Amino acid sequence: MREKILESIEKNARIDLKDLAVMLGISEAELANEIADMEKEKIICGYHTLINWDDTSEEKVTALIEVQVTPQRGLGFDKIAERMYNYSEVRAVYLMSGGFDFTVILEGKSMKEVAQFVTERLAPLEAIRGTATHFILKKYKDHGTVLVKNNQDERMLVTP
Amino acid sequence: MRNPLSNVVVDIQPSGIRKFFDIVSEMKDAISLGVGEPDFDTPWHIREEGIYSLEKGRTFYTSNAGLKELKIEICNYLDRRLGIQYDYNNEVIVTVGGSEAIDIAIRAMVDPGDEVLVPQPSYVSYVPCVTLAYGKPVIIELQEKNQFRLTKEELLSKITDKTKILILPFPNNPTGAIMERKDLEDIAQVCIEKDIFVISDEIYSELTYNGDDHVSIASIPGMKERTIVINGFSKAYAMTGWRLGYAVGPEEILRQMIKIHQFAIMCAPTNSQYAAVEALKNGDKDVAKMRESYNQRRRFLLNAFKEMNLECFEPFGAFYAFPSIKRFNMTSDEFANRLLAEEKVAVVPGTAFGDCGEGFLRISYAYSLEQLKEALGRIKSFVQRLDEQNK
Repeated sequence: MREKILESIEKNARIDLKDLAVMLGISEAELANEIADMEKEKIICGYHTLINWDDTSEEKVTALIEVQVTPQRGLGFDKIAERMYNYSEVRAVYLMSGGFDFTVILEGKSMKEVAQFVTERLAPLEAIRGTATHFILKKYKDHGTVLVKNNQDERMLVTP
Repeated sequence: MRNPLSNVVVDIQPSGIRKFFDIVSEMKDAISLGVGEPDFDTPWHIREEGIYSLEKGRTFYTSNAGLKELKIEICNYLDRRLGIQYDYNNEVIVTVGGSEAIDIAIRAMVDPGDEVLVPQPSYVSYVPCVTLAYGKPVIIELQEKNQFRLTKEELLSKITDKTKILILPFPNNPTGAIMERKDLEDIAQVCIEKDIFVISDEIYSELTYNGDDHVSIASIPGMKERTIVINGFSKAYAMTGWRLGYAVGPEEILRQMIKIHQFAIMCAPTNSQYAAVEALKNGDKDVAKMRESYNQRRRFLLNAFKEMNLECFEPFGAFYAFPSIKRFNMTSDEFANRLLAEEKVAVVPGTAFGDCGEGFLRISYAYSLEQLKEALGRIKSFVQRLDEQNK
């Protein structure tokens, strides 16, 4: 049941709990308890809104930075990650397999601001061997949702 | 000039749905719960395969009975999902939708005057197809008190010495009824005793919600040799527009079906067949996901009916509910027309699926939660207004 709840609220965190309980065939109280438990257990870590910032007047740039590091004694990947994720500008930090070690997703008001962060904050960290910054030009799909499509029901109105 | 028309065709009544469709299309901002197809797009990996087949220039006919690769996958699928084994070489035909399979199965088996039992409410094409084959359709009126399942007694009461075929349309459009194994065993026993063949239209076989997988009557001992199973890709894989279905059954019957198909159709669309191979190979998880989604909406719909006091038996199949409107003292037609005029919600009157659909509506839940909510809200205020007036 937990997986079904999560699948539903992952797609729509604002779904009416009463509706969701009906759809899953459980009581509203049971659903609320299950969600509260998962919040406590940090399975549910937060609720966010998926925003297409491109369609607002707000200027924002997002960069994906490949980071290569040299782990040092007493400073493993987790510690290095912590030094990076504590910056509020950093949206996401992932440890990667393959040609580099971390993906850091960074949001700033301008390319200059992002560049500054990379050169002044990230690059000087002792463990970091190199960075490669990629700016995101356009978001087509984010969090499983296609941002550029308009969903029209193209079916005929009545069919047998 | 002579009358250019065939009297047999002229006498066939046009589908009741058509009439209603014309009214609905006139209306600009109507919300419809009247659609008989999935609201999902065909999963992308299946569409990709269709596109790829075009890129590769696979634009030629396939053999009459269908692509070998697809026939093999159909047999694998039926073995995997229903536990029935068919020989891909002689016992499978790929058709233009399940609807062609219905037509050619009937035509391959019916001689003038043969009686074909058609349980109703059911899909609109069985009766006309029997008529076009010069057979005699004999209606079995299914009962709400039996959850619109076919019972042994109902079947026995309509059998004469001319009865040749029983159409078995489950999971059912429009009622959402299913037949479970024990129900089918009763029917199978009668069919074997009375030497009746079965055309089992199982197009909604992947969409059942009783916690068990669909059971095909062909899997009941003694039935495979007297059953044509019809299925297709439209409902399970959201592929209605690809027009692809199939039939499996005894070689003797299939051979005649292929003959009709060969002359009337030639072969099913080639690129649809390639896409269908991908659907059967890698589509099980898509089907499971869609099934769960329909089931959630089904629960939502039934709960909304309960809240507005609209009586409805629990449908365990397809994506339709069939609520009763008998307490409003209106015909299904009147109810549907007024609902459309006053609240701009389109539902299909039960009578579109047979006279015994009188007093019921077919409501489809192949819609987004938002659409369902909006439409059900409007139905609720309509129902409340009727209750006020009837006080």
